[in-house]
Amino acid sequence: MKNFSGSALFLDRSDINTDEIIPAKYLTENSKQDLKPFILEDLTLAGFDQSRDIDKAGVIVTRANFGCGSSREHAVWVFEVNDINVVIAEGFARIFRQNMFNCGMLAIELPAADIDTIMAMGADVQIAVDLEAATLTAKGNQEVTFDFDLNSFDKDLVGAGGWLAYADSKY
Amino acid sequence: MGKTTAEKIFAAHRRDNPSGENVVLDLDVVMCHEITTPIAINDLVERGLDRVFDPTKIKVVIDHVTPSKDSKTATQAKILREWAHRQNIKDFFDVGANGVCHALFPEKGFIRPGNTVIMGDSHTCTHGAFGAFAAGVGTTDLEVGILKGVCSFRLPATMKVNINGTLPDGVYAKDVILKIIKDLTVNGATDKVMEFVGPVVDEMTMESRMTLCNMAIEAGATCGICMPDRVTAEYLWPFISGAYSTVDEAVADFSKWHSDADADYDSEITFDVAELVPQVTYGFKPDEVKDVPDMEGTPVNQVYIGSCTNGRIEDLREAAKILQGRTLAPGVRGILAPATPLVYSTALAEGIIQIFMAAGFCVTNPTCGACLGMSNGVLAAGEVCASTTNRNFNGRMGKGGMVHLMSPLSAAAAAVKGCITDPRNI
Repeated sequence: MKNFSGSALFLDRSDINTDEIIPAKYLTENSKQDLKPFILEDLTLAGFDQSRDIDKAGVIVTRANFGCGSSREHAVWVFEVNDINVVIAEGFARIFRQNMFNCGMLAIELPAADIDTIMAMGADVQIAVDLEAATLTAKGNQEVTFDFDLNSFDKDLVGAGGWLAYADSKY
Repeated sequence: MGKTTAEKIFAAHRRDNPSGENVVLDLDVVMCHEITTPIAINDLVERGLDRVFDPTKIKVVIDHVTPSKDSKTATQAKILREWAHRQNIKDFFDVGANGVCHALFPEKGFIRPGNTVIMGDSHTCTHGAFGAFAAGVGTTDLEVGILKGVCSFRLPATMKVNINGTLPDGVYAKDVILKIIKDLTVNGATDKVMEFVGPVVDEMTMESRMTLCNMAIEAGATCGICMPDRVTAEYLWPFISGAYSTVDEAVADFSKWHSDADADYDSEITFDVAELVPQVTYGFKPDEVKDVPDMEGTPVNQVYIGSCTNGRIEDLREAAKILQGRTLAPGVRGILAPATPLVYSTALAEGIIQIFMAAGFCVTNPTCGACLGMSNGVLAAGEVCASTTNRNFNGRMGKGGMVHLMSPLSAAAAAVKGCITDPRNI
C-alpha cells in the first residue's frame, strides 16, 4: 500500500478541474513520470505557488467538487508521481474519485466544517490516515482526529493496489 | 416500485455487487482514443495481459490530435494503431476515416438503447442520447474494460429533468443545456444520471439530444439519458433493419428501456424554454452563464465551430444560415472543424463548406484539436474565442486564453460581427 500521510497543501477553492491539475497539452506524454513537473500548472489561486508548495506536500486538502471536468487519469498520476496519495475534500467529481481508488489512492470526503478546522490549524499541518479505523489525524497548532466514510469496495481497491489487480483476480 | 432507465440497464448488465453501494456491470461497448488509451495498452503489455475481452465490442479512433502534429502524438497514434491491428479490432478509424469520437461512433450505429458504454473521455455521456448508460472513465477503468469487459459504478441516482415549452427561434439544445448547467451549477448533478424528458426533448433530433447529453458532465452527471423513441429508431434504422421488420417494431421494443411511470427519482427539476434566449458563458466554469444580450459587444479574436458538442451537420446548417452572404468581421479568425468525414462530405454536398469558405473560415479536418487546446486553433494569451465547444476552463483552448461557450448560431453571429451578439438580430 502507498504512503497515506504527509504535509498538507491547502487548495482553498471549490471546482478545481482536471485541466487546472494537468493541462491537456501534457496528455501526449506516455509515461506517468514525465507528468511530474506540470502538476497544478494552470491553477491560479491566491497563496499557492507551485514551485514552493509541491515538494513538501503529501496530502491535498481542498473544497467541493475537486477534479471536475475531463476524465484524464493523468490528474491522479501527477499527484502519485509527486508522492501525494491522499486528497481530502468536501466532495469529488465522480470520475476523479474513482480514478483515485482505481490507482490505490485515497479520495476522502469530509464535511465543510471539518475542512475549515483543518485549514485553520496553521501553515504547517501534518496528516496521517488510519485506513483500518477510517480516521485521519491532522496535527498543526492543535491535533484533531476525524472519522470518515470508507466504502468497503473502495477500501478493497486500495488494499488490492487498484482496480486492475482487483478485477484481474476476480473477473 | 418501477425503475428508471438507468436502473433497468444496471439490472440487465449486473455482473457483481462488490458492496451494497457498488455494482460491476458487463459492458456492451468500450470506446478508445489515442490520448487516454496508449498508457492502458502499455500497462497491459508490461503486465503480460496484452489481450482484449471481445474485439467486436471495442471501437477505436484517433481523433484528438489528427493527423499527428509531432513525434509524441505520432507515437500515441502508432501505439493505438498497432494495438487495434494486433487485437483484430475491425472498428478502427484512422486518418481519412476518423472523426470526433462522440460524433463518429453514433453515426456508425455502435450505440443502441439499453447499452452500457465506457470510454476514457468525459464526454462519453453524449451517448445517453440513445437511451444507453454511457459514462466517461479514467484510464484504469478503460484498461479493465478492455481486458475484462466490466466496469464498476455506484448505484445510479437519477435526476429527472423536464424540459417543457417550445424552443423559440434562434434558441437551440446548446442554449438549453447551458441554462440547465447555470441553474444546477457544475456540481449540481454529481454522481447522478440526468434523464432529459418532456416535449422539447421529444421534438429534438438525435443531434440535438446528443448536444444536450454531451454537457451533462459539466453539471457533474455520470450520464445524460433520453428515452429511445421513433427519432432514435429512425436514426439507427440503417443499422437495425436486420433486427426489426419495421421502425414501429423497433420503437415498441425500445420502449422497454423507458423509465417506468412509478420510477423512484432522486430529484426532479423542470425548465420551461418558452422565454429562453441564447446563452453564453462568461467565466472559467461552464455554470458561469449569461443571456447573450447581457454580453453583447464582447470582442472576440477567434470563432470555433466544431467538437463533440456542436460539430454535427445540423450545427453547420444553422451556422451557415447566418454566414450565407456574409464575411468574417475584420481581424476575426474563423475555424470550422466538421466533426466527422460524413458531416464534412454532407456539408460539401449541401454547399455549406462553400458558405463557410466564402465567409473567410478555415475548414480543418475532423478532430477534437482546438477544443482542449491541443492543435488546430490554440489560443494565445489574452485572446478570446467564441466557441461551440463544451468547456471554458482557464487555459482550456490555450494558456491565458478566454473561451465563451455558445450555440453554433451565436458563434456564427459573433464571427460576422466580431463580438458576442444576439444571433436573432442578424
